[in-house]
Amino acid sequence: MLFDQKNKTINNREDKKLHKVLLFEKIFQKSLGLTGIILIIILISIFITLTITSIPSIKHLGIKFLYGKAWNPVTDEYGALPFLIGTLLTSLLALIISSPFALSTAIFLGEYYPKGLVSNIFKNIIELLASIPSVVYGFWGIVILVPIVRNLETQLHVLPYGVGILTSSIILAIMIIPYSVSLSRQVISMVPPSLKEGAYSLGATRFEVIKKIIIPHTRSGLFASILLALGRALGETMAVTMLIGNSHYIPKNIFSPGNTMASVIANEFTEATGSVYLSVLIEMGLLLFVVTTLINISGRQIIKRYILH
Amino acid sequence: MKTIRFVYIFTFIAFVGIFSSAFSPLSKSALKPPSSDVELLGAGASFPYPLYSKMFSEYNIKTGVKINYQSIGSGGGIKQLMSKTVDFGASDAFLNDEDLAKMPANVVHIPTCLGAAVITYNLPGDPTLKFTPDVAADIFLGKIANWNDARIKKLNPMVNLPDMPISIVHRSDGSGTTFIFTDYLSKISEEWKNKVGHKTSVDWPIGLGAKGNEGVSGMIKQTPGALGYVELIYALQNKMPVGLLQNKSGKYVEASIKSVTAAANIAIPVDARVSITNTDAPDGYPISSFTWILLYKEQNYDSRPEDKAKEVVKLVWWMTHEAQQYAAPLIYAPLPKEALKVVEANLKSIVFNGKSLL
Repeated sequence: MLFDQKNKTINNREDKKLHKVLLFEKIFQKSLGLTGIILIIILISIFITLTITSIPSIKHLGIKFLYGKAWNPVTDEYGALPFLIGTLLTSLLALIISSPFALSTAIFLGEYYPKGLVSNIFKNIIELLASIPSVVYGFWGIVILVPIVRNLETQLHVLPYGVGILTSSIILAIMIIPYSVSLSRQVISMVPPSLKEGAYSLGATRFEVIKKIIIPHTRSGLFASILLALGRALGETMAVTMLIGNSHYIPKNIFSPGNTMASVIANEFTEATGSVYLSVLIEMGLLLFVVTTLINISGRQIIKRYILH
Repeated sequence: MKTIRFVYIFTFIAFVGIFSSAFSPLSKSALKPPSSDVELLGAGASFPYPLYSKMFSEYNIKTGVKINYQSIGSGGGIKQLMSKTVDFGASDAFLNDEDLAKMPANVVHIPTCLGAAVITYNLPGDPTLKFTPDVAADIFLGKIANWNDARIKKLNPMVNLPDMPISIVHRSDGSGTTFIFTDYLSKISEEWKNKVGHKTSVDWPIGLGAKGNEGVSGMIKQTPGALGYVELIYALQNKMPVGLLQNKSGKYVEASIKSVTAAANIAIPVDARVSITNTDAPDGYPISSFTWILLYKEQNYDSRPEDKAKEVVKLVWWMTHEAQQYAAPLIYAPLPKEALKVVEANLKSIVFNGKSLL
């Protein structure tokens, strides 16, 4: 009898404990879900706000906003094409410049020196690149990079502006390297050792292992790291504004000055008087939002369709 | 356990007590002079910000009134005044008739000081060059593209001008400086007026854009043969070469605090909304402009207390009178006598419930 009762109370106590634990688990799970939902709500409400506030501009300009080349605040004529081209051109050029560096650094750190002093120094320095404020990049670009590019331009007999698409792409390339390196390094170091060992045991050299095992196995991860870097490049504002030359014309070549969507917003938003003008700048933000999203979605499709299979 | 809980409760009560006593109006009035209850909010132009911030800190020492000024740009200042979230707005450009009609109530313009835009350049030897209005306009229109152009040579026979393309540098960000510079070009050149016009940012026919005065001057310093415009303050502080500009009376005027103040010493309309670029004043520098503080004429709105309204008007009166002494040391041009008359009349026209506040 007595024993039974004792057992019951113990059971009861354990039940209570269990109940408490389960309740905690439930609350924990719910709060995790809630934070996720809040993020989605924020994203959607940004989109809605941008759309609503760009209505005056959409009414005034219509579809012409997308292909128009003029940008004249005095007569209220606005076209986003030069800025769209400027944004895509600088970002793609930055990717082309940075990808070889990023890839080789990632292979070096992921495959050759995954651990140890050398790798730690490298990793920390590369991560440090990501923490430099973009205005500092811009400043460094003006002082150091612009004269170098100007010299190059004089030797090539193009107009020696110094600033322009090429200069801002080079700065962008340096800025996005840490983003693609850190992801691709992790992907590379996660290649199953059994695969690599198998290849080595068949007599493959290190280069062959990288070429035939690591890169094919990590293709989707490497592509994703490039995509991440591209997203960063598309939205970069300050450094680009300082180095692109801010000319409202479609760039003729990579040495011409140009402008990007983010930098025209940063430049003209504070003193944008007149409701249409302000609304046009907001619509430009909406366009940038849409372009970034489209690029991300199509990137994911490419990974799914061509790289994974 | 119990003691810990007790300590928690005790600290909580103590905190509540401290906070409630700190924020109760009784203790506040006991600690500070009565006028310091008023805190004024202003927003707008960034050009006069260094001067305003000096003035406001002096005023705070003098009277205890706290003024919070946000230099978010003229456009932002006008918008905030429109939504009545500030006590005063500040702008480098006056409201045109169309914008004035959009405001919810009558707005009074009070000029506080003057600024100017100057032409600066990068040439070997840093010579002081002379420009006539039409030469200046044609340079910015791209019609004069080389430094050894005959028209520049004719104005500057003593200077050895190189065979070098002129690279134009302009502001890429919207700014009051661009507004007064393009306002001037629109007044002196019919072609500029029709092709480009004037605004805080315009569709420049040629040239590179750089952000801020520091961006423009940085790019000019780096690029041999470059020419652009910056604020007078910026050019003087950085000892940049500044061109002499021919004014309406045919005089070649050097931009200085004196010549900018002189530019405003003309008959000014009663509402103080006036562009003084290309001034009639014989000694005036032609690319000068007022900067304004904007106030509602009827200060009784949004159930504001009367002493707040009174403090705003008192502050602006002080800024346009005693505080003018702070302008020149910071390289802002103080108000001339003619303008002061208009300022006083306008400040006296500000009312609370129809009653004058001064």
